[in-house]
Amino acid sequence: MLGILRQKVGGATGLSSQGLGNHMLRLRPVTSALRNYSSATKEMTVRDALNSALDEEMAADPNVFVMGEEVGEYQGAYKITKGLLDKYGPERVVDTPITEAGFAGIGVGAAYHGLRPVIEFMTFNFSMQAIDHIINSAAKSNYMSAGKINVPIVFRGPNGPAAGVGAQHSQCYGGWYGSVPGLKVLVPYSSEDARGLLKSAIRDPDPVVFLENELLYGESFPVSAEVLDSSFCLPIGKAKIEREGKDVTITAFSKMVGYALKAAEILEKEGINAEVINLRSIRPLDRATINASVRKTNRLVTVEEGFPQHGIGAEICASVVEDSFGYLDAPVERIAGADVPTPYAANLERMAFPQIEDIVRAAKRVCYRSAPISATAS
Amino acid sequence: MALARRSSTLLKPLSAASSSSSFLHRRPFSTDDTTTITVETSVPFTGHNCEPPSRSIDTTPKELMSFFTDMALMRRMEIAADSLYKSKLIRGFCHLYDGQEAVCIGMEAAITKKDCIITAYRDHCIFLGRGGKLLESFAELMGRQGGCSRGKGGSMHFYKKEACFFGGHGIVGAQVPLGCGLAFAQKYRKEDHVTFAMYGDGAANQGQLFEALNMAALWDLPAILVCENNHYGMGTAEWRAAKSPAYYKRGDYVPGLKVDGMDAFAVKQACKFAKEHALKNGPIILEMDTYRYHGHSMSDPGSTYRTRDEISGVRQERDPIERLRKLILAHDLATEKELKDIEKLARKEVDEAISQAKESPMPDESELFTNVYRKGYGVESFGADRKELRATLP
Repeated sequence: MLGILRQKVGGATGLSSQGLGNHMLRLRPVTSALRNYSSATKEMTVRDALNSALDEEMAADPNVFVMGEEVGEYQGAYKITKGLLDKYGPERVVDTPITEAGFAGIGVGAAYHGLRPVIEFMTFNFSMQAIDHIINSAAKSNYMSAGKINVPIVFRGPNGPAAGVGAQHSQCYGGWYGSVPGLKVLVPYSSEDARGLLKSAIRDPDPVVFLENELLYGESFPVSAEVLDSSFCLPIGKAKIEREGKDVTITAFSKMVGYALKAAEILEKEGINAEVINLRSIRPLDRATINASVRKTNRLVTVEEGFPQHGIGAEICASVVEDSFGYLDAPVERIAGADVPTPYAANLERMAFPQIEDIVRAAKRVCYRSAPISATAS
Repeated sequence: MALARRSSTLLKPLSAASSSSSFLHRRPFSTDDTTTITVETSVPFTGHNCEPPSRSIDTTPKELMSFFTDMALMRRMEIAADSLYKSKLIRGFCHLYDGQEAVCIGMEAAITKKDCIITAYRDHCIFLGRGGKLLESFAELMGRQGGCSRGKGGSMHFYKKEACFFGGHGIVGAQVPLGCGLAFAQKYRKEDHVTFAMYGDGAANQGQLFEALNMAALWDLPAILVCENNHYGMGTAEWRAAKSPAYYKRGDYVPGLKVDGMDAFAVKQACKFAKEHALKNGPIILEMDTYRYHGHSMSDPGSTYRTRDEISGVRQERDPIERLRKLILAHDLATEKELKDIEKLARKEVDEAISQAKESPMPDESELFTNVYRKGYGVESFGADRKELRATLP
């Protein structure tokens, strides 16, 4: 079980280099990112950001409680809920048996009655056991009851690939949940995102699927005093321009934002000025920001770790073709996870997910600046 | 929403002081709630890991009359729904409860409107029992604005949150973990109330039921699981679906009680017993031995997997309304004619509600996009042709 593999979660920085194998580039907050954080003084890991957000929301509203496997005594499989049991007690930090369908349903029922549950899935792969409750019991209830029964619940946990965890533990669920009306789907990248979006999610009256990333938990980001304030919330449905540019738009979410920013640095040296959009929200999707950016740059590369077919990039591409076709100077490019179940071997796993060079290559292609493609063209 | 019953011109109260909980407030004897009548259940209760309650139940003339009146109304409503479905005014799914009325009537008599009920899709009568109105029910079935879910839910999605009725669920078995969640909230808030999570013999084999029951037992949640065993999960008889159809025993370490679900007083006694138990000791299972006269739904004639003799046999021997009729006549609380009049009145009420419901308009087209979210942040939603139809969600 995943929990056993991750016993040394406390030393997270060691873990991320362990699993990346040949991959040389570690995720490190790029110094250029600092220019987007106003008066940044402190640094905070994503883990601490999530923990502090949970702590503050539980302190502010007695109806908020946390439920999931190992959230209490174990201090959280990834230590996101560390310290909460001691502070709030077992009635509000509830350890469950390994029964996702059961406890997701119990969470939704509690939300029907007006509590505000935060249900943790150890990873979103296990949410498939509970997906009926997320969609049929939670997402659709407000509509079916004509507004009488709203469901103020948050389902959170790590999503997408980690490092070497294999096919059953590496899937990204953004596309699946993002297609369901009645759900909100959030995808934080930085600590600021994690704090602001989780607080908004908990305060939101509708069901929110909150897709985190295991490899980001240990990453530090600068946080301003505003971000640290207990009232700090980020709006749901608004993307963030992480880096302004004028030659090509690159959309990304979660861990891929970091990769896109690195790719942008490399592209800058080659005279391509990339605009990087951190989606922050898959549903609602900030079509306005994406389209405005494409109307400015005229070129688009979408980046995601999930399977390509029916993915986030597909939806973004359709949206841009529908609303901004005349502004495109090149077809939209999609960079996504490979169309295969995730392999274990480190070299194959590396090929199964986008790397920075993939993003760079696609951006150049879309700017008509690439070398001739070897095998597949015409 | 036109909740007021406009049929009052026809049904003037015979007794101004009547405070009967029944839908038809007009029999003088139906206000008598001081005389005690003791009734015996048809069969004794069978307990699993618990001492079953007594077979003797105290009731009053008022309660007896109200049971009869309310069940007559429910029976009439379901039969009328059958006709409406056949004339295509009701679409999609329609699962009827006739035969099972004693379960919801007996349950309501034992609990308050702060105790929660959640059930599956055979929910019309339970909605009525929770205080829902006939007009709201028929209008919802016909997909009109006057419906309890404004026409957006349909037969399987009736709700009445203010009376702690949480639906109305289409996915078999899902309502049981949801019900345990309601009980979780009741315990969290330190309320003195319980939740009745109802499910059928078909749903009794669902894994999520056992997941939820385990947690309910672990955490001593005030959850009462009520298996309405009508012996058929759609077309599959219980002995073909369950290795052990003793559903009241399936909780293993969780106590259970087997109850004659066609006897409203047995149901009332069992629910009273269960509520006391759940508040002190956590979950308990009630198995209601009941029967549905209709097939699984309106698409099912109900005769390919059971005999007509079986159905008419139950109707003759165990019908819940007939049982009450005999009891009322035996205790001289009303004459045969008076009881027939009550049934005629029920029919009139139902017919009136149906004609009112037919006048309720279809939802406005803008309702396609309402209630997707409680808080939509001005996000856009789309129709089939997104260039043609868009809406902003408030």
